[in-house]
Amino acid sequence: MSSSPQPWNNPKLRAFAIQLAVLFVVGSFVWIVVDNTITNLQRQNIASGFGFLENPAGFGIALTLVEYTEQSSYGRALLIGFLNTLLVAVIGIFVATILGFTLGIARLSSNWLVAKIATVYIELVRNVPLLLQLFFWYFAVLRALPLPRESLSLLEIAFLNNRGIYVPALLLEGNGLVLGLSALVGAISAWLVARHAKHKRLQSGDSVKGAAFAPLLVIALPVLAFLVLGMGLKAEIPTLQGFGFKGGWSLIPEFVSLLLALSFYTAAFIAENVRSGILAVSKGQTEAARALGLKPTPILRLVIIPQALRVIIPPLTSQYLNLTKNSSLAVAIAYPDLVSVFSGTVLNQTGQAVEVIAITMTIYLSLSLFTSLVMNWYNRHMALVER
Amino acid sequence: MNNRLLPAVLALVVGLVAGFLLYPMFAGGGEETAPAVAASDDADPNAEPEPLPVVENRSTLDLVRARGYVRCGVSQGLPGFSNPNDSGDWSGIDVDVCRAVAAAVFGDADKSRYTPLSAKERFTALQSGEIDVLTRNTTWSLTRDTALGLDFVGVNYYDGQGFMVRKELGVKSVMELDGAVVCTNTGTTTELNVADFFRTNGLAYSIVAFEKSDEVVAAYDAGRCDAFTTDASGLYSERLKLADLNDHVVLPEIISKEPLGPAVRQGDDQWADIVRWSLFAMVEAEELGVTSKNAGEMRNTQNPAIRRLLGTEGAFGQNLGIPNDWAYKIITEVGNYGESFERGVGENTPLGIPRGLNALWKDGGLQYSPPIR
Repeated sequence: MSSSPQPWNNPKLRAFAIQLAVLFVVGSFVWIVVDNTITNLQRQNIASGFGFLENPAGFGIALTLVEYTEQSSYGRALLIGFLNTLLVAVIGIFVATILGFTLGIARLSSNWLVAKIATVYIELVRNVPLLLQLFFWYFAVLRALPLPRESLSLLEIAFLNNRGIYVPALLLEGNGLVLGLSALVGAISAWLVARHAKHKRLQSGDSVKGAAFAPLLVIALPVLAFLVLGMGLKAEIPTLQGFGFKGGWSLIPEFVSLLLALSFYTAAFIAENVRSGILAVSKGQTEAARALGLKPTPILRLVIIPQALRVIIPPLTSQYLNLTKNSSLAVAIAYPDLVSVFSGTVLNQTGQAVEVIAITMTIYLSLSLFTSLVMNWYNRHMALVER
Repeated sequence: MNNRLLPAVLALVVGLVAGFLLYPMFAGGGEETAPAVAASDDADPNAEPEPLPVVENRSTLDLVRARGYVRCGVSQGLPGFSNPNDSGDWSGIDVDVCRAVAAAVFGDADKSRYTPLSAKERFTALQSGEIDVLTRNTTWSLTRDTALGLDFVGVNYYDGQGFMVRKELGVKSVMELDGAVVCTNTGTTTELNVADFFRTNGLAYSIVAFEKSDEVVAAYDAGRCDAFTTDASGLYSERLKLADLNDHVVLPEIISKEPLGPAVRQGDDQWADIVRWSLFAMVEAEELGVTSKNAGEMRNTQNPAIRRLLGTEGAFGQNLGIPNDWAYKIITEVGNYGESFERGVGENTPLGIPRGLNALWKDGGLQYSPPIR
């Protein structure tokens, strides 16, 4: 045994050398696959590269959140598909969370009927494949609603038929930016009031009177600005013209049924996460809260839920990711999401499968990673603070 | 040596050796890989890495022969064109093209197997060598012929995009569809055609595009859209799925040219020739009056054109690299083009499509075969 170790016996150096070698092997494997794909595409005279994104798309899309015409580029069509995916995912997550929390708490209710209804719902919805539920909602909605000429109407201004829901559009006469800014100012001041109230309560134990109404500022300020500036509001009522309704705001049945299916399905899973989270809070916490004289609702809101959230958030993140990814089933019921528009129509028209699928995968990956990032931040925020 | 180090070193050595051996296999064909191939040849001159189907240099014909059957890409079920029955046997005019190729190569039309492909998957399946020929009601267009590494070899059905509406709407022409909702399926050329047509004519429309045609029909039937558009042949075939097919009418306008035909991978001219002439042989046989029933007697005829077609004169099969009785086998096993058409989509089938553009050129149609001589 020598006093100075040989270099290959130095653990730091050895670990570095091994990791370098593994990195090299993995790196060259990836390089070979990429290089070989490009070579093969060229050998077979298959077009490659991302230049196609600037070519005109030429096809129409049913739901566009930003301006899009047939002359727009494939890149623009990609944006439309992405926004449509984002729209249904964000609203779906919102609805699923509220419904899921309600159901999860209901399942633990001491009221026999409420608990059983929640149990039946969860077991039913959780165990039927999502695609079937999608078809169920879509065709149930389509079959149940009348044709445009026999629309159900509310006071002759809002209409419901199997082409969608039509409500009057409120068109603002004047500068909309002012309203947006005043809403922002309202939000900031509401936050400041809340912070001040909390600070004061922690300092002196007194609550600031009226602080609970601060969130109303978000609505009150724009309304005030609207009245002071004397802006007008014009309603555009949808009217039956030719084959369907024109004007007004509308929701297409594809969006409604996709949203229903996604949020109902995911809510069942979230409900179970919520139940597990609540059951993870030891019974002593409830008993202690009751001993302090708290009523059931404050016990749930102030004692149980904050502790349960620590257990709920990680699996909740998974459900949010699932909902976002499941939205790609939209193509089955003609909702123009990313998969339908981009890796459906665009892929077929350009034939550039490798590029299109790579872009689609990257977008879903980025969306999921972003959701994870936000939820992990929230999780750290909610985690038990050890003192 | 330290016993913790040993497994790591072993894994590394195995990884490196595997990487080195796999390299020529994955990179086969690229110029820069030549030295790697040479190096592995030095190590063992008899070892020839099993190549991936796409990158190898063996001809499709050799591969098909070695395998013992032809692999064809077909639709996921389009009555009249390619549709499986209860026992999983495929039939239709697209399937007949595949059977004709099998008959030409093996003398046995049953030596053919079918891969159902969605509109999205079809080209990738052909490019990657999963199938030998794509016989799946596919429109021949410039982009597909040039940018996808494919070659279209002929047209077995001249089609065009049409519209179907409910009779109760009272619509007589596509021009009256201003503001209509149109249903169709994704992954085809129809979305582009609809956009072009409505834009050219200054008509407003909104499109609802499903992935599968079953859902398109269901949504149209439920009244989600005013019009259903796809290739006219598809309209005839999808109409059979509707609750009451007499409530619907196909509008007279055809808004696009959709020549449907078989495609092969670009770069194998011999295989392209075999598929092309298998199709032509069926058309030529109809023109010469040779049918699956009388082909046997016709071999003894004095008509030189028929004798050449049936392989009793000349060596035309040899030039294609297949047996000389190739066309005889096609006609006896599959039938001529007219027989195939009448059996698959003709007037006496549920589809009831008239010959129209698909009649022989001498009957006023477009089906025309270059001479076999």
